[in-house]
Amino acid sequence: MNELFGFLLSGVTVGFIYALVGIGFTVIYNSSGIINFSQGEFVMAGGMSTVFLLKAGLPLGVSFILAIMITSLIGIILYKLISFSKDSSQISLIILTLGFAIFLRGLAEVVFDKELHTMPSFVGDGSFDMFGTTLTYQSILIMVVSIVIVIFLYFFFKKTKTGQAMMAASINVDAARLMGINIKKILMINFALSAAIAAIGGVLLTPITSTNYEVGIMLGLKGFAAAIIGGLGNPFGAVAGGLVLGILESLIAGYISSEYKDAVAFVVMLGILFFMPGGIFGNTKAQRV
Amino acid sequence: MLKINSVTKQFGGIKAVDDLSFRVKKGHIHSIIGPNGAGKTTLVNMITGVYKVDHGTIFLDGADITNITTDKLVYRGICRTFQNLEICENLTVLENVLLGFDKYMDKSIIKSCFRAKSILEDEKRHKDRALHLLSLIGLEKIANQKAENLSYGILKKLEIIRALGTSPELILLDEPVAGLNPKETAEVADLIKTVVADEVTIVLVEHDMKMVMQISDYITVINFGKKLAQGTPEEIVNNKDVIRAYLGSGVVC
Amino acid sequence: MFMGYAGQVSLGHGAFAGLGGYIAVILSSNYELSPLFSIFISVITMAILAFIISKPILRLKGHYLAMATLGVGVIISIFLNAEDELTGGSDGMSVDSFSIFGYEFTDNLQWYILCAVLLVFTIWMFTNLVDSPFGRVLKSIQGSEKAANSVGINVSHYKSIVFVISVVIATISGSLYAFFSGFISPAEASFSHSIELVVMVVLGGLGRIYGAIIGAVILTILPQLLTSFEDYQTLIYGAIIIFIMIFMPKGIASLFNDMKRRLLAKDK
Repeated sequence: MNELFGFLLSGVTVGFIYALVGIGFTVIYNSSGIINFSQGEFVMAGGMSTVFLLKAGLPLGVSFILAIMITSLIGIILYKLISFSKDSSQISLIILTLGFAIFLRGLAEVVFDKELHTMPSFVGDGSFDMFGTTLTYQSILIMVVSIVIVIFLYFFFKKTKTGQAMMAASINVDAARLMGINIKKILMINFALSAAIAAIGGVLLTPITSTNYEVGIMLGLKGFAAAIIGGLGNPFGAVAGGLVLGILESLIAGYISSEYKDAVAFVVMLGILFFMPGGIFGNTKAQRV
Repeated sequence: MLKINSVTKQFGGIKAVDDLSFRVKKGHIHSIIGPNGAGKTTLVNMITGVYKVDHGTIFLDGADITNITTDKLVYRGICRTFQNLEICENLTVLENVLLGFDKYMDKSIIKSCFRAKSILEDEKRHKDRALHLLSLIGLEKIANQKAENLSYGILKKLEIIRALGTSPELILLDEPVAGLNPKETAEVADLIKTVVADEVTIVLVEHDMKMVMQISDYITVINFGKKLAQGTPEEIVNNKDVIRAYLGSGVVC
Repeated sequence: MFMGYAGQVSLGHGAFAGLGGYIAVILSSNYELSPLFSIFISVITMAILAFIISKPILRLKGHYLAMATLGVGVIISIFLNAEDELTGGSDGMSVDSFSIFGYEFTDNLQWYILCAVLLVFTIWMFTNLVDSPFGRVLKSIQGSEKAANSVGINVSHYKSIVFVISVVIATISGSLYAFFSGFISPAEASFSHSIELVVMVVLGGLGRIYGAIIGAVILTILPQLLTSFEDYQTLIYGAIIIFIMIFMPKGIASLFNDMKRRLLAKDK
């Protein structure tokens, strides 16, 4: 029983990180219809920059904020590149973001290095016992921050002018433009926002799993799977999808086989795509022929 | 020839087509008219198996063809065109027409890979037939142009010609003159008449009343998914229900 | 080809090539079958596998299709890593030398000739296929699925066929590569390798056979040229992809076509 609870907790912790990556996907997809394959690299960029800023002697808080700013800037650069592109077919844009991901990975290799890095937790390495299992402060931090981000996004999109403009733009670009909404600015904010969320995820994750220049690949793919499981385009679905994935993974690693842990995300994703293409909430329209 | 037997299609709570029945006689140009949203295109989509029929049956020469998919219907002798142009713009005019002959062509992968003689001869024979069809609308000169470079009016005609390639017994034309100018409309009307000369039955869904009245043998009027009236063009013009329905939607015959 | 002619994108082909290679290698090493026969069985197995997954997967479109193929690819690669008794795990396994009817391929020259012959042969078959009625059907599906359907073409059936053909080709190339390098590891089936394949096709231009070949040549030579800047390799690689997608999204082959058109125009 305690063991089970432990697995559940670690599942939820990782699940929130997937959820953050998934939300990042959703924010960009909703506003521009683009699937950003470099989302995982944004996570990596956030984690790695924090590690190296820390090494440069900056205090933790400053490094954290700088890392988020750097990653947002990378997000804006990606948006600029996309808007430069002559061809806006889905395939081209998918490849463009893939190319950007490879570029970021290469950049990280050169600017930083190929080693595995970790960093101290914000809240210390402490933990306390709960229901017979240990819960680290870092796990709690991840959960709290993720929930705060989700709530923040909710209020941002529902209550603020900019947020509402962004929602309008995602529903009908032309109509929004006629209403005087600056689509380019909106899209840019979205890319920056999405990158910032990913960066936060990266920073939170680093004390637990460490980071290196390649960590983004798997994280990106799983965040992606989370977004699909929850129904692409639905940020709350992405959270649910992330949690489902995290818990399933942790349970399978614990009870069945740790080697197949990484496959879970994709098996579940395929199942969802084949049998309920709208995700577990079934409220978004999937493209079926 | 075609018998529609009390078919119904619901979208959500709305009955787009509601218990509709009628017959199409062989060799007729049978028009289906009605105000916007009356369920005309839904009906075509049901006959061609794009939408699943909720209730009712559709017979072709006595055989049940309800819910058979479009591609299989082609082999039963039914072909259709689309309200919104569906032409392969990445192909040439000739290639688009050749597509119409697809069901007669040998497409064995192995033979194709090795350029088998039978395939080349087959292709040559169909090319001649396709060029002949194109000459019906005077397009044989631009046969090798990419379809994307041609005007909407020409492509509308091309779509009908392509359907002819399948040598159908019944063609369903979904608004073949929508968006065309009077001259092009007259040309399409003319084309439809020459098609009939080849003894093909036509089901025509159309808004252009002038053309419908000119070329139809028989007309079924539907409104809100139900049959409002049927008869020859003269009978329809004088039908009070029809006039009322059309005046309501602002169209005067 | 899968992408160009049916307007689809698959992010799983590296994995298909890898799995196909593994099947061939395992058959020839562990069960002492002749390499040619192993490849043959591998092709059949992969074709059946491709056919089975093609039905549900090809009902999806656009992003969803890309993701589903990606998912299948990642699962294959994890499987190859995990089943280490069979595949040697992440360390990979070494491969016996390749022979056809007792004639052994040992030095590079022999391989070059074999591959060149195969390549020319494949190109020849492809051009024939594309020019045939079969090829026209594929192009029409890309142009308008509805139109193709309306003249009696069973669209999903053709998509399946194309998918199977492309997996078969991936299998053959994956197997040959394994025999050539004398070594196979799960890296051949990884996500990055699949992406490399996609990039090759896009680099050269979608829907063009020659495009894919130009793309392949560039992507193979590029890393060799870049070894002098070893550390910057990935960086430059990514930058080139971005550059091409922004400035010549139709691929490099389209540049040649443009040039040809311009030259022809001058002649007139």
